[in-house]
Amino acid sequence: MNDQKVKGRLQKAEERIHNFEEVEFGYNDEEALKEASRCLQCVNPRCMKGCPVSIAIPNFIKAIKENHLEEAYQIISESSSLPAVCGRVCPQEKQCEAMCIKGLKGDAISIGSLERYVADQAILNGFNSVNPAPKNGKRVAIVGSGPAGLTCAGDLAKAGYDVTIFEVLHKAGGVLTYGIPEFRLPKTIVQKEVDSLKKLGVHIQTDVPVGNAITIPDLQKEYDAVFLGTGAGLPKFMGIPGEDANQVFSANEILTRINLMGGYKEDSKTPVKKVKTAYVVGGGNVAMDAVRSLKRLGVDAHIMYRRSLDELPARKMEVEHAVDEGIVFDILTNPVEILTDEENNVVGMNVVDMILGEAGEDGRRSVTENKESLHRVDCDMVVMALGTSPNHEALKTSNIELSDRGLIVVDGSKTSLDSVYAGGDAVTGAATVILAMEAGKKAAKEIMESLA
Amino acid sequence: MYKVLYNKKISSNSYEMAIEAPMVIEKAIPGQFVIVMAHEDSERIPLTIYDYDKEKGILYLIYQMVGASTEELTYVKDEIFSVAGPLGNPNEICANPEEYRDKRIVYVAGGVGIAPVYPQVKYLKEHGFDIDVIYGSRSADLLLIRDKIEKVVKKIRYATDDGSFGTKGFVTDILEKYIDDYDICVTIGPVIMMKNVAELTRKYSLKTIVSMNPLMVDGSGMCGACRCEVDGKPRFACIHGPEFDGHQVNFDLALKRMNVYREEEKVKWQEMKERLSKEEK
Repeated sequence: MNDQKVKGRLQKAEERIHNFEEVEFGYNDEEALKEASRCLQCVNPRCMKGCPVSIAIPNFIKAIKENHLEEAYQIISESSSLPAVCGRVCPQEKQCEAMCIKGLKGDAISIGSLERYVADQAILNGFNSVNPAPKNGKRVAIVGSGPAGLTCAGDLAKAGYDVTIFEVLHKAGGVLTYGIPEFRLPKTIVQKEVDSLKKLGVHIQTDVPVGNAITIPDLQKEYDAVFLGTGAGLPKFMGIPGEDANQVFSANEILTRINLMGGYKEDSKTPVKKVKTAYVVGGGNVAMDAVRSLKRLGVDAHIMYRRSLDELPARKMEVEHAVDEGIVFDILTNPVEILTDEENNVVGMNVVDMILGEAGEDGRRSVTENKESLHRVDCDMVVMALGTSPNHEALKTSNIELSDRGLIVVDGSKTSLDSVYAGGDAVTGAATVILAMEAGKKAAKEIMESLA
Repeated sequence: MYKVLYNKKISSNSYEMAIEAPMVIEKAIPGQFVIVMAHEDSERIPLTIYDYDKEKGILYLIYQMVGASTEELTYVKDEIFSVAGPLGNPNEICANPEEYRDKRIVYVAGGVGIAPVYPQVKYLKEHGFDIDVIYGSRSADLLLIRDKIEKVVKKIRYATDDGSFGTKGFVTDILEKYIDDYDICVTIGPVIMMKNVAELTRKYSLKTIVSMNPLMVDGSGMCGACRCEVDGKPRFACIHGPEFDGHQVNFDLALKRMNVYREEEKVKWQEMKERLSKEEK
């Protein structure tokens, strides 16, 4: 009986496709208590091993059960700087919840939903996380205000360091702000997390293109240590004919227009192209975010993915929500050419069916084109969500060591440059928010050790 | 927020703004650009740096009112929400003047394109270069900052479509006449003008640098809105440019890509005008 989880309540699919409000309502007190009571409080908690930042999961769940919510928040805060974010965007089904012993015979504990519940209660009630240590007079510069940079900043500020974050955009948050849409991660939540860092004394300088306005060598001179959390922001394109057509966009552009610039609002000053039918090419979280955003703008929105549904790299819940919202999944299909009219407007695509092969060394199944299956689909927008690679703008005028793939080479978190550390997507290539957070934490620890 | 010292009209549709932004200009070299936002909810507008005073930390911009967002910019007083920069790469001659020491250089500007040309010519003059400029517009009243540009050039020649000032005709007419005098041409202005200049100089194998001004959102390499085809490959104007080899740029594509939001922009501007006229009543 007890093996079923308390299901989170959702905005109805037919309603939510007309708005950008959050899909999941989040647990109320009663639901959270009930779900927390399912936890077996394992002596050797497997869930913690699945958490990249090793949150003391059973302990915070126990605190929920005992109605000590502030304590629950403090337990999470010891390991995570952005609980309201991670509760919403972590791929829990591949991490903590995948390891939960209850999952063997029924539903795993909904650890993500409980984390979100605690974090939301903390925002609502103004809980304190931890008091920062007295200032130690050491200064650290952080480049990029995404999850890696924010986490690194939080840990250092709590330990008494004087931290300044440099961000090129006009708003802090990196991918949390420009990438992940409102209906999955409300921007007020991101703002609260950023505000709580400011409360810890972190300075955030927006509008600063590091590499141009100030360089890494400048930062090395002015600060005791530097952390590069510059992410992987450069969008990839396929390199097929017609890709420079007027209505071919990177998912980053669509999401930036909609999220960062508020393009979904009626009175927005930044336009989003109005179209009838859009194909989003790709199967990751970014593809899901883009296609579901377009759906909400009234577009007949499709995913085109070259593998099958089982291989979709996106978070499971996002795929389920996308299906419920009426997103059409054209799987095992890949574009080979984008078709345009004389004015360079998109009118369709030539696509081919794909054949799945054996799994390769990376565990992903190979795909080959069935050339005879070439056919046309009609559409007036194509969005490329093929992943991103690191952007080296911030690294200009430094001779930092990069790998063949253009990733920053690190030993631990330390780069080839004196007192310069790096972590997150800039080091690993595009990955998840939580892995970037883990990297930010690790770097903060190494910086503290080196400056001790 | 950045302090705005003034924001004034300098021709029938062009404006000049002075902003206190010391960090933006400290390391700026001509050819780079900034992105400004009038208010927190405004569009991000890329503008090439027109002038700066590094001692006082003042950035000067010239912009044209061409739609709702640039009209909104004209109402800015005292403070502006965001100025990010410098973005993009400096002009290659300004970045490495010694490499171009023995070259004869001509700048060809069209319309508001004189604004980004001015700091380059001024910078090169300060570095001991004698620069000629050819400057064209539709008519005399649309020629901007003549007094300033004339102070930094060796020779300037004007062309207007209607003949109201200088030669009647196009900048290309003048350029073709004197083309043997030059080793390098830098041209900045409307895409169609840069295309015509590049086509002319190609015939004469005159190296030509153009400054592309496509649509942009973030201006930091994140979105790809600004991609141009250069030498058959997609290049981002924001981080690979904005200046490119004019003989390798696909201008026809650039012209088409500029029109992506024409309908949306038109509606938005119309709505803005209606709102403003209602507010006046």
